[in-house]
Amino acid sequence: MLNKGLFKKPKNELEAQHRIKRKTDPAIPSELCRSCPSCKQLSFTSDLENNFHVCPKCGHHFRINARQRLNMIVDPDTFVEQHHELSSSNRLEFPGYDEKLEQATLFSHENEGVIIGTGKIDNHKVALFVMEATFMMGSMGQVVGEKITLIFEYAHKHHLPVIGYTVSGGARMQEGMLALMQMAKTSGAVKRHSDAGLLYLAILTDPTTGGVTASFAMEGDIILAEPEALIAFAGPRVIEQTIRQRLPKGFQRAEFLLEKGFVDAIVPRSIQKETVKRLLTLHTIPKGGDQNGSI
Amino acid sequence: MEAYKRVALARKKTRPTGQDFIDNLFTDFIELHGDRCFGDDPAMITGLGLLMDMPVTVIAQERGKNTKSRVKRNFGSSHPEGYRKALRQMKLAEKFNRPIVCLIDTSGAFCGIGAEERGQGHAIANNLMEMMGLKVPILSIVIGEGGSGGALALGVADEVWMLENAIYSVISPEGCASILWKDASKTKEAAKCLKLTAQDLLELQVVDKIISENHRDFKNVYRELKIGLYKSFQKNQALEHEQLTEHRYQRFRKYGAIETISE
Repeated sequence: MLNKGLFKKPKNELEAQHRIKRKTDPAIPSELCRSCPSCKQLSFTSDLENNFHVCPKCGHHFRINARQRLNMIVDPDTFVEQHHELSSSNRLEFPGYDEKLEQATLFSHENEGVIIGTGKIDNHKVALFVMEATFMMGSMGQVVGEKITLIFEYAHKHHLPVIGYTVSGGARMQEGMLALMQMAKTSGAVKRHSDAGLLYLAILTDPTTGGVTASFAMEGDIILAEPEALIAFAGPRVIEQTIRQRLPKGFQRAEFLLEKGFVDAIVPRSIQKETVKRLLTLHTIPKGGDQNGSI
Repeated sequence: MEAYKRVALARKKTRPTGQDFIDNLFTDFIELHGDRCFGDDPAMITGLGLLMDMPVTVIAQERGKNTKSRVKRNFGSSHPEGYRKALRQMKLAEKFNRPIVCLIDTSGAFCGIGAEERGQGHAIANNLMEMMGLKVPILSIVIGEGGSGGALALGVADEVWMLENAIYSVISPEGCASILWKDASKTKEAAKCLKLTAQDLLELQVVDKIISENHRDFKNVYRELKIGLYKSFQKNQALEHEQLTEHRYQRFRKYGAIETISE
């Protein structure tokens, strides 16, 4: 009865995916080619770059960094970064956190998990925040919370819409309750910006989870999502452990949230800038014309 | 006392729950049910009561007292409808100019299929945002376990108090140990590192006041809370709406502000 490999059988889907990925990793330099995690097909890196880092075969959206996103969405040479200098310290003296911060800085070439600033999108002046997944999975500590708050306060003061890209593993546990407090702090800044009648457009990318989902990611006036992005409060592994059941396919993906009514639209990268531009235009009050509708 | 001992005390089965606090702090309490969207969440008790002679809105997380009631109360872990019910009552409090008392005691917002389907993240986010703008005084008290976002969803207040043996944490020590160190036996160490005790959090200014406990008898706790709540509400109700919300905003704005970062 005991067939070979019984003990190697994957316990759940997550583990199974992990296996398949390992098997099909090609022995080709990663700079030249990349294999798609979704359809396993190989694509030239140059082709991916010309296609918004989207797999030309199946449409899978590769994870990209914050600077790449900025280049895709903001008009060339218009982005002015703010508070680049802010970096985290280990206030709670959490073991191993200093090393993690150091590694994250080296790995991501950024000082923290979010970039903020102003720029133009098809000539609309906007305030922006873009989270960076390669810096400790975009987790929110005091600096991330502070920068998000600063950009909303700046946008409020200067009457600008906020366009925000989220990607995050949630609150950063190495900063303890001071990280959790950032959820309240950023929500307060979003609220003030909103009460002033200003637009906040959130674009959720893979993965957006935990304390970021439960704060500013879900507080947009309009919430867009990238195809198949994981958007969750509790991640799938946590839920599987809690309820001891396998989760249905597509659970917590952008399409699922659209169906359940929690995102306004799913927007592939290829039409993201165009969509944001159209939404910005629709939120602009025309200068010409009178009250009677004649021009 | 060692941090993990506090964790154990905060979770102790004989510890008074939300309902006990309601019974001892307020008179003439009337429970009001339902979020008007999906259902009624038994893990969250909401209603009206008198704090001495002052009508107040009460929001309390309830984990249950015995196996049967714990199952009914989902061990104090709310679904989105619980947070939406709480917000509905808070909005009513604002309409009728009543102060709000929030009693926090949960291991966290529930992690499950239904909770995700109905937008757990959205429900919490919405509470954080709306509580920041409520024009009536809010006071939150961590009476047992303050588990992450599920606790914070009732914790955006003018003042946050904590019982001596309560804990308030970004993640459970068990979760922290297994995620960071992949080793569940390091729970005690995690509890220490997370700075989750009332004393730690007072030093970090996450809470404004500690209510001392004698864990055999909570009479003094209830008395201190009653008087403290009354005084605080009297003081905060005298404030202009803008002053009140500005103070609340600044209370949370200070965490990790540039000045503290660059120190």
